[in-house]
Amino acid sequence: MPGGPLTIAGRAYGSRLIVGTGKYPSFEVMRAAHEASGAEMVTVAVRRVDLTRRSGESLLDHIDTRRITLLPNTAGCHSAEEAIRTARLGREAGLSALVKLEVIGDETTLFPDTEALLHATRALVKEGFTVLPYTSDDLVVARKLRDAGAAAIMPLGAPIGSGLGIRNLVNLRLLREAITDLPIIVDAGVGTASDAAVAMEMGCDAVLMNTAIAGAGDPAAMAAAMRKAVEAGRLAFEAGRIPRRLHASASSPPEGLI
Amino acid sequence: MIDVTVNGEACRLEEGATLSSLLALLRLEAARLAVERNRRVVPRNDYAGTLLEDGDRIEVVAFVGGG
Repeated sequence: MPGGPLTIAGRAYGSRLIVGTGKYPSFEVMRAAHEASGAEMVTVAVRRVDLTRRSGESLLDHIDTRRITLLPNTAGCHSAEEAIRTARLGREAGLSALVKLEVIGDETTLFPDTEALLHATRALVKEGFTVLPYTSDDLVVARKLRDAGAAAIMPLGAPIGSGLGIRNLVNLRLLREAITDLPIIVDAGVGTASDAAVAMEMGCDAVLMNTAIAGAGDPAAMAAAMRKAVEAGRLAFEAGRIPRRLHASASSPPEGLI
Repeated sequence: MIDVTVNGEACRLEEGATLSSLLALLRLEAARLAVERNRRVVPRNDYAGTLLEDGDRIEVVAFVGGG
């Protein structure tokens, strides 16, 4: 089926766009963007409750959890141990075994510590988690994550929040070629709609983004653009693009010219 | 009285305090939280039966916006 569903660990999602809940100017703006994106899965972070200064407003008041699946992350964790601990808390808070597993290895790029990521993936899969690891675009690491039981591979397109787009298309292609039995979800780096379309056109299964929408001048409009870009890119991939050629090939018949 | 730490802050409680009574004291809604006691997650059904002890380290977390 063209534009068919995204399947993660046996569950189908109608949208191939996964969005974040961070950095929005307000909950109202976030809700409108979520609506416009059509996303059926959103990421959330796990943090200490502020016991001294409670506003009363909760993020969950602004997410339609009947329609949208929560994907708790382990953002900000710098070791496998911290990430495992955070994942367990996320599971208890959200009553779901899904986790976007992040173990940060470098502060300025937020590149993943893939060794710790692999360790944490193995541990969490054993505990019954559905692990979606945020990783580099290295196919050797991706294969190890797959063998460790990851439910998808989530390579970065560029550093988190950078908006640089897909910096290494060749690596992503090689990754797609190497990993055919798991969804590949480009996570991080998208800046604008064409970046998302490029990822989808080359056969990635989904795109996850936060800043590109939340930080846009009009987040709801950008969310709508991303939705169209992801759909267009997927359709183009499934339709099968023409091969690139160096020389022209006329579209109108050469005969019958006056 | 017992002394516990909640999210890094010192907290003095009555003897016999449970996780449920602590959350009530903090006016937190259990349904939307996760709680760790001495680095172990406590399932929400066990809050009422979890008696706190002197020196316990409690973490109370919730979902916030993130990517």
